[in-house]
Amino acid sequence: MSDQILFFYFFSMILAGALVAIASPSMIYSALALLIAFIHTAGIYILLNAEFIAAVQIIVYAGAILVLYLFVLMLFNPKQEKVYWHKQYPVGIILGLSLVALLLFAINRPHVQGQQGDFTESTQSATGNTQAIGQALFSDYIFPFEISSLILLVAMLGAIILAGRGTKPEKS
Amino acid sequence: MIPLSYYVAVSVVLFVIGLTGVLIRKNFLIILYAIELMLNAANINFVAFAHYAQDVTGQVVSLFIITIAAAEAAIGLAIIIVLFRKKATTNVDEINLLKW
Repeated sequence: MSDQILFFYFFSMILAGALVAIASPSMIYSALALLIAFIHTAGIYILLNAEFIAAVQIIVYAGAILVLYLFVLMLFNPKQEKVYWHKQYPVGIILGLSLVALLLFAINRPHVQGQQGDFTESTQSATGNTQAIGQALFSDYIFPFEISSLILLVAMLGAIILAGRGTKPEKS
Repeated sequence: MIPLSYYVAVSVVLFVIGLTGVLIRKNFLIILYAIELMLNAANINFVAFAHYAQDVTGQVVSLFIITIAAAEAAIGLAIIIVLFRKKATTNVDEINLLKW
Protein backbone atom coordinates (compact mmCIF):
# COMPACT_ATOMS: atom_id res chain seq x y z
CA MET A 1 0.00 0.00 0.00
CA SER A 2 2.75 2.45 0.92
CA ASP A 3 4.48 1.38 -2.28
CA GLN A 4 1.49 2.50 -4.29
CA ILE A 5 1.24 5.84 -2.52
CA LEU A 6 4.95 6.43 -3.17
CA PHE A 7 4.58 5.32 -6.77
CA PHE A 8 1.76 7.75 -7.46
CA TYR A 9 3.63 10.54 -5.68
CA PHE A 10 6.72 9.93 -7.86
CA PHE A 11 4.57 9.61 -10.97
CA SER A 12 2.76 12.89 -10.39
CA MET A 13 5.99 14.74 -9.60
CA ILE A 14 7.70 13.35 -12.71
CA LEU A 15 4.68 14.37 -14.78
CA ALA A 16 4.57 17.87 -13.30
CA GLY A 17 8.33 18.38 -13.58
CA ALA A 18 8.50 17.20 -17.17
CA LEU A 19 5.52 19.34 -18.21
CA VAL A 20 6.95 22.45 -16.58
CA ALA A 21 10.37 21.67 -18.12
CA ILE A 22 9.03 21.72 -21.68
CA ALA A 23 6.39 24.45 -21.20
CA SER A 24 8.08 27.09 -19.06
CA PRO A 25 9.25 30.29 -20.81
CA SER A 26 12.24 30.63 -18.49
CA MET A 27 15.18 28.33 -19.10
CA ILE A 28 16.23 28.38 -15.44
CA TYR A 29 12.79 27.24 -14.31
CA SER A 30 12.91 24.58 -17.00
CA ALA A 31 16.22 23.28 -15.71
CA LEU A 32 15.00 23.20 -12.10
CA ALA A 33 11.78 21.39 -13.11
CA LEU A 34 13.94 18.90 -14.98
CA LEU A 35 15.90 18.41 -11.75
CA ILE A 36 12.64 17.58 -9.93
CA ALA A 37 11.72 15.05 -12.60
CA PHE A 38 15.16 13.40 -12.43
CA ILE A 39 15.20 13.10 -8.65
CA HIS A 40 11.76 11.51 -8.61
CA THR A 41 12.86 9.12 -11.33
CA ALA A 42 15.53 7.99 -8.86
CA GLY A 43 12.65 7.29 -6.45
CA ILE A 44 11.02 5.08 -9.07
CA TYR A 45 14.29 3.15 -9.37
CA ILE A 46 14.38 2.59 -5.62
CA LEU A 47 10.83 1.21 -5.77
CA LEU A 48 12.15 -1.22 -8.41
CA ASN A 49 14.99 -2.40 -6.09
CA ALA A 50 17.66 -0.75 -8.25
CA GLU A 51 19.52 1.25 -5.63
CA PHE A 52 22.74 1.58 -7.59
CA ILE A 53 20.98 2.99 -10.64
CA ALA A 54 19.12 5.40 -8.36
CA ALA A 55 22.39 6.68 -6.91
CA VAL A 56 23.93 7.00 -10.37
CA GLN A 57 20.81 8.82 -11.55
CA ILE A 58 21.14 11.40 -8.79
CA ILE A 59 24.91 11.81 -9.16
CA VAL A 60 25.14 11.88 -12.95
CA TYR A 61 21.80 13.29 -14.09
CA ALA A 62 20.78 15.55 -11.24
CA GLY A 63 24.35 16.41 -10.34
CA ALA A 64 26.59 16.53 -13.39
CA ILE A 65 24.30 17.04 -16.38
CA LEU A 66 22.01 19.60 -14.74
CA VAL A 67 24.98 21.56 -13.40
CA LEU A 68 26.44 21.56 -16.91
CA TYR A 69 23.21 23.04 -18.28
CA LEU A 70 23.07 25.63 -15.52
CA PHE A 71 26.71 26.58 -16.16
CA VAL A 72 25.95 27.22 -19.82
CA LEU A 73 22.93 29.31 -18.83
CA MET A 74 25.05 31.26 -16.36
CA LEU A 75 27.90 31.89 -18.81
CA PHE A 76 25.83 32.88 -21.81
CA ASN A 77 22.63 34.26 -20.29
CA PRO A 78 20.54 33.91 -23.46
CA LYS A 79 17.79 36.48 -23.62
CA GLN A 80 14.15 35.53 -23.26
CA GLU A 81 12.38 35.14 -26.58
CA LYS A 82 9.02 36.80 -27.13
CA VAL A 83 7.48 33.83 -28.91
CA TYR A 84 8.87 30.74 -27.35
CA TRP A 85 6.63 28.11 -28.91
CA HIS A 86 7.31 26.93 -32.40
CA LYS A 87 4.57 27.71 -34.90
CA GLN A 88 3.92 24.00 -35.42
CA TYR A 89 2.91 23.55 -31.78
CA PRO A 90 -0.79 22.59 -32.34
CA VAL A 91 0.33 19.73 -34.55
CA GLY A 92 2.91 18.69 -31.96
CA ILE A 93 0.41 18.69 -29.10
CA ILE A 94 -2.20 16.72 -31.07
CA LEU A 95 0.48 14.23 -32.11
CA GLY A 96 1.66 13.85 -28.53
CA LEU A 97 -1.82 13.31 -27.12
CA SER A 98 -2.74 10.74 -29.75
CA LEU A 99 0.59 8.94 -29.33
CA VAL A 100 0.17 8.71 -25.55
CA ALA A 101 -3.38 7.38 -25.99
CA LEU A 102 -2.21 4.79 -28.49
CA LEU A 103 0.73 3.62 -26.37
CA LEU A 104 -1.35 3.43 -23.17
CA PHE A 105 -3.89 1.33 -25.07
CA ALA A 106 -1.09 -0.88 -26.36
CA ILE A 107 0.50 -1.57 -22.97
CA ASN A 108 -2.83 -2.51 -21.40
CA ARG A 109 -3.35 -5.43 -23.72
CA PRO A 110 -2.85 -8.89 -22.21
CA HIS A 111 0.72 -10.09 -22.35
CA VAL A 112 2.62 -13.28 -21.69
CA GLN A 113 5.25 -13.60 -19.00
CA GLY A 114 8.59 -14.33 -20.59
CA GLN A 115 11.45 -16.38 -19.27
CA GLN A 116 12.54 -15.41 -15.76
CA GLY A 117 16.20 -14.71 -15.05
CA ASP A 118 18.19 -15.85 -12.06
CA PHE A 119 18.33 -12.50 -10.26
CA THR A 120 15.47 -13.14 -7.82
CA GLU A 121 14.60 -11.29 -4.63
CA SER A 122 16.54 -13.79 -2.49
CA THR A 123 19.70 -13.54 -4.63
CA GLN A 124 19.36 -9.80 -4.58
CA SER A 125 19.19 -9.63 -0.81
CA ALA A 126 22.02 -12.18 -0.52
CA THR A 127 24.52 -10.52 -2.87
CA GLY A 128 23.28 -6.96 -3.13
CA ASN A 129 22.31 -4.89 -6.11
CA THR A 130 25.66 -3.14 -6.62
CA GLN A 131 27.67 -6.36 -6.49
CA ALA A 132 25.36 -8.03 -9.00
CA ILE A 133 25.66 -5.10 -11.41
CA GLY A 134 29.44 -5.04 -10.98
CA GLN A 135 29.77 -8.74 -11.67
CA ALA A 136 27.62 -8.50 -14.79
CA LEU A 137 29.37 -5.34 -15.97
CA PHE A 138 32.90 -6.68 -15.63
CA SER A 139 32.29 -10.20 -16.93
CA ASP A 140 29.53 -10.40 -19.55
CA TYR A 141 29.50 -6.76 -20.58
CA ILE A 142 33.20 -5.92 -20.44
CA PHE A 143 33.38 -5.05 -24.13
CA PRO A 144 30.43 -2.59 -24.08
CA PHE A 145 31.94 -1.15 -20.91
CA GLU A 146 35.23 -0.43 -22.70
CA ILE A 147 33.32 1.04 -25.65
CA SER A 148 31.43 3.35 -23.32
CA SER A 149 34.69 4.57 -21.83
CA LEU A 150 35.86 5.33 -25.38
CA ILE A 151 32.60 7.21 -26.03
CA LEU A 152 33.19 9.34 -22.95
CA LEU A 153 36.77 10.07 -24.04
CA VAL A 154 35.63 11.11 -27.53
CA ALA A 155 32.83 13.26 -26.07
CA MET A 156 35.29 14.98 -23.74
CA LEU A 157 37.79 15.67 -26.53
CA GLY A 158 35.03 16.79 -28.88
CA ALA A 159 33.54 19.17 -26.32
CA ILE A 160 36.95 20.69 -25.56
CA ILE A 161 37.84 21.13 -29.23
CA LEU A 162 34.41 22.50 -30.21
CA ALA A 163 34.05 24.93 -27.33
CA GLY A 164 37.69 25.96 -27.21
CA ARG A 165 38.12 26.66 -30.91
CA GLY A 166 38.75 30.29 -31.78
CA THR A 167 39.72 31.34 -28.27
CA LYS A 168 43.35 32.28 -27.84
CA PRO A 169 45.02 31.62 -24.51
CA GLU A 170 45.98 34.72 -22.54
CA LYS A 171 49.62 35.77 -22.94
CA SER A 172 51.24 36.32 -19.60
CA MET B 1 2.66 -5.04 -5.68
CA ILE B 2 2.59 -2.54 -8.50
CA PRO B 3 2.00 -4.12 -11.93
CA LEU B 4 4.62 -3.74 -14.62
CA SER B 5 2.28 -1.82 -16.89
CA TYR B 6 2.20 1.08 -14.40
CA TYR B 7 5.92 1.58 -14.76
CA VAL B 8 5.66 1.27 -18.54
CA ALA B 9 2.90 3.90 -18.38
CA VAL B 10 5.26 6.30 -16.56
CA SER B 11 7.83 5.65 -19.26
CA VAL B 12 5.27 6.22 -22.04
CA VAL B 13 4.09 9.51 -20.57
CA LEU B 14 7.64 10.76 -20.00
CA PHE B 15 8.73 9.78 -23.51
CA VAL B 16 5.77 11.48 -25.17
CA ILE B 17 6.31 14.64 -23.10
CA GLY B 18 9.90 14.69 -24.33
CA LEU B 19 8.86 14.12 -27.93
CA THR B 20 6.26 16.88 -27.71
CA GLY B 21 8.88 19.17 -26.21
CA VAL B 22 11.15 18.61 -29.20
CA LEU B 23 8.27 19.39 -31.54
CA ILE B 24 6.78 22.46 -29.90
CA ARG B 25 9.75 24.47 -28.62
CA LYS B 26 12.09 26.75 -30.54
CA ASN B 27 14.79 26.95 -27.91
CA PHE B 28 17.83 24.78 -28.55
CA LEU B 29 18.45 24.20 -24.82
CA ILE B 30 14.87 23.13 -24.13
CA ILE B 31 15.12 20.66 -27.00
CA LEU B 32 18.19 19.16 -25.30
CA TYR B 33 16.23 18.95 -22.02
CA ALA B 34 13.47 17.10 -23.87
CA ILE B 35 16.00 14.62 -25.29
CA GLU B 36 17.22 13.96 -21.74
CA LEU B 37 13.61 13.28 -20.73
CA MET B 38 13.26 10.73 -23.53
CA LEU B 39 16.48 8.95 -22.52
CA ASN B 40 15.20 8.88 -18.96
CA ALA B 41 11.97 7.24 -20.13
CA ALA B 42 13.95 4.50 -21.83
CA ASN B 43 15.90 4.03 -18.60
CA ILE B 44 12.72 3.58 -16.54
CA ASN B 45 11.57 0.95 -19.02
CA PHE B 46 14.85 -0.98 -18.82
CA VAL B 47 14.96 -0.96 -15.01
CA ALA B 48 11.28 -1.95 -14.72
CA PHE B 49 11.69 -4.89 -17.08
CA ALA B 50 14.89 -5.89 -15.30
CA HIS B 51 12.98 -6.03 -12.03
CA TYR B 52 10.02 -7.98 -13.37
CA ALA B 53 12.05 -10.40 -15.48
CA GLN B 54 14.46 -10.87 -12.54
CA ASP B 55 17.51 -10.19 -14.65
CA VAL B 56 20.29 -7.71 -13.96
CA THR B 57 20.95 -7.02 -17.66
CA GLY B 58 18.41 -4.21 -17.84
CA GLN B 59 20.15 -2.32 -15.07
CA VAL B 60 23.53 -2.68 -16.81
CA VAL B 61 22.02 -1.35 -20.06
CA SER B 62 20.52 1.59 -18.20
CA LEU B 63 24.02 2.44 -16.93
CA PHE B 64 25.21 2.56 -20.55
CA ILE B 65 22.27 4.83 -21.41
CA ILE B 66 23.27 7.21 -18.63
CA THR B 67 26.79 7.26 -20.10
CA ILE B 68 25.44 8.10 -23.54
CA ALA B 69 23.24 10.82 -22.05
CA ALA B 70 26.22 12.45 -20.36
CA ALA B 71 28.25 12.38 -23.58
CA GLU B 72 25.31 13.76 -25.54
CA ALA B 73 24.82 16.61 -23.06
CA ALA B 74 28.49 17.58 -23.25
CA ILE B 75 28.59 17.57 -27.06
CA GLY B 76 25.21 19.33 -27.38
CA LEU B 77 26.24 22.09 -25.01
CA ALA B 78 29.56 22.53 -26.84
CA ILE B 79 27.63 22.94 -30.11
CA ILE B 80 25.34 25.46 -28.42
CA ILE B 81 28.34 27.45 -27.19
CA VAL B 82 29.87 27.54 -30.68
CA LEU B 83 26.54 28.60 -32.20
CA PHE B 84 25.99 31.22 -29.55
CA ARG B 85 29.37 32.80 -30.28
CA LYS B 86 28.55 32.97 -33.97
CA LYS B 87 24.90 33.99 -34.01
CA ALA B 88 23.93 34.94 -30.44
CA THR B 89 20.66 33.04 -30.66
CA THR B 90 19.18 29.85 -29.28
CA ASN B 91 16.33 29.77 -31.76
CA VAL B 92 16.54 26.67 -33.92
CA ASP B 93 14.76 28.40 -36.81
CA GLU B 94 17.59 30.90 -37.17
CA ILE B 95 20.28 28.23 -37.23
CA ASN B 96 20.23 27.48 -40.94
CA LEU B 97 23.87 27.76 -41.96
CA LEU B 98 23.74 24.50 -43.92
CA LYS B 99 20.58 25.43 -45.81
CA TRP B 100 20.75 26.82 -49.32
